[in-house]
Amino acid sequence: MLKDLALDKQTFLSLYHQMLVIRRCEEQLAKSYAAGMIPGACHTYVGEEAIATGVCAHLTHADAVFSTHRGHGHALAKGVPPHEVIAELFGRATGCSRGRGGSMHLFSPEVGLMGTSGIVGPCILQATGAGYSFKLMDKPNVGVAFFGDGAVNNGAFHEGLNLAAIWDLPVVYVCENNMYATEVAFSYATRNQDVAERASTYKMPAVSVDGNDVIAVYEAAGEAIKRARAGKGPSFIECKTYRTRPHAEGMRDAGYRTTEEIEEWKRRDPIMGLKDKLLVGNLAAEGDFAKIEAEVTALIEEAYEFAKNSPYPDPATVTEHIYSS
Amino acid sequence: MREVTYTAAAREALAEAMEKDPTIFVVGEGIGPRGGNFNTTQGLYEKYGPMRLRDTPIVERGFVGMCTGAAMTGTRPVVDFMFFDFILDAIGEMVNQIAKMQYMSSGRLKMPIILRGCIGIGGSAATHHSGSYYPIFVHLPGFRVVLPTTAYDAKGLFATALTSNDPVLFLEHKLLLNQKGSVPEEWYTIPFGQARIVREGTQATVVTLGSMVRKVEEACDALAKEGISIEVIDPRTLAPLDIDTVLESVHKTGRLLIVDETFAPCGIGAEVAMQVMERGFDDLDAPVMRLNGVHTPTPYSPALEAVIVPNTQSITQAIHDLLAE
Repeated sequence: MLKDLALDKQTFLSLYHQMLVIRRCEEQLAKSYAAGMIPGACHTYVGEEAIATGVCAHLTHADAVFSTHRGHGHALAKGVPPHEVIAELFGRATGCSRGRGGSMHLFSPEVGLMGTSGIVGPCILQATGAGYSFKLMDKPNVGVAFFGDGAVNNGAFHEGLNLAAIWDLPVVYVCENNMYATEVAFSYATRNQDVAERASTYKMPAVSVDGNDVIAVYEAAGEAIKRARAGKGPSFIECKTYRTRPHAEGMRDAGYRTTEEIEEWKRRDPIMGLKDKLLVGNLAAEGDFAKIEAEVTALIEEAYEFAKNSPYPDPATVTEHIYSS
Repeated sequence: MREVTYTAAAREALAEAMEKDPTIFVVGEGIGPRGGNFNTTQGLYEKYGPMRLRDTPIVERGFVGMCTGAAMTGTRPVVDFMFFDFILDAIGEMVNQIAKMQYMSSGRLKMPIILRGCIGIGGSAATHHSGSYYPIFVHLPGFRVVLPTTAYDAKGLFATALTSNDPVLFLEHKLLLNQKGSVPEEWYTIPFGQARIVREGTQATVVTLGSMVRKVEEACDALAKEGISIEVIDPRTLAPLDIDTVLESVHKTGRLLIVDETFAPCGIGAEVAMQVMERGFDDLDAPVMRLNGVHTPTPYSPALEAVIVPNTQSITQAIHDLLAE
């Protein structure tokens, strides 16, 4: 299976490395939240790491990613260093949004992370607009939107997909279907739960993949991004996944889903899943993973120390950048 | 100097800017081969084609959100709403995304987007084609709100908008679109935040804008025959607001009236009056007065429509009342 893919060991291990960076960063943030170090919200991406990792592995800094409120993973996978993400959630001047955003407003246009958002839906339209820019300027780049199942009953979903389709824009839409929009089940929210089918009615290629299988995501995203770069228009990928932590840190996780369901999905952990496959296929050894684990642990520790010791923004700067001049 | 209409003057600025800057594109309903419902893009499609003159489906939220993403990725969208009332379908994209993007990205993203449309009461357009709404946007940090009254100002202010890196609301009153005025053929810009002194006077200051300017002038012409001298100021842009010019005038006249077609509560008159009170209270010889459109949706019948807008008679009366204080 894995051996059939034209991927080398280095690619597999770099996907593993990226997923582990997201996981360890999120675990650090959850711990920091519990310790009272995060003054606002904290929406973790634990359990969904394979999606950001598998998609962003194909992107350069010149490609534009637009994300949603659960966007730490997208920021990290797009190239925002963990110390800037942690510092941002700590409200520090060294955060990727200079302390203006927090968990839901991560910005790093330097690496093509054009923003995460506290509003569900706009990222779909903005990625469509990035596609429009790239097409107008004749650049080989791609706009990518990450959003949850909660966005697909929203007008932005239908309006954005339709516009990208009629104008053949280089956009890739990635729906992270984690089965719950905050705490409302997708099975309750729509009669047609086949998101890929819904997207395909706008006449673009739309596939549904196991969002906890980083290789499946990587392969599907590779196709979609190649298609967009070649000027062949938009594509849609539904990634079926699950967040194994509450909607936001500190929130109750009962009343809308069962402990059994959560435990079942924890067993389908994307990081362990890749490791098992690589070990079974003799594509990597325990030592490879131990090395990565040590690297990532050190990276996140350093990032945490950096954030903790960073200054808060200067109150005198509070009205800067409302206008360009 | 030759005379052209208000619409043609703005179109000249657009045509010249599009010639110089290949990243400018226009979206809207019927702005392609048709040239715009109000001829805002007449003749441009033939020159620049569909990528830069983009007819859209009726999806205001969709194309405003799309243009947000485009502005974030290096192009300059001009959204032509035809009637400005339609902008309300896109208000979330405007308020939560467009207006906040520069701030939340700590100035690393620019937001060079123009949102233009026809405003105002007249011609029995009824309530979904007669709104002005500008006080709402003046209230919010992040927007430039521009309201030209003359053809000369339409061209110069649109030229400034087309080179600005801030989101600009460019509001064109329907009763002004076909008004002719002297307009230079060459490119020129009028800075935002610079009021126009429409006429000089000594006994009272009237601040007014849009279609009200001409009515105030008519009232002042008649009053001049009675020996009454009124200074009239058109702020031209409401954000930024040139309050200094108003203060200088009130220092001279001691009396202030604000005439505005839009509603009184939390409106432009309230804002101007408060700022003058804060900074020029000692110059006032009488309480500030305001004259506004009636606080109601816009009715259709000419018999009803006529009574909700200030007219020459009510303006004359208001000035007399102010002078009697």
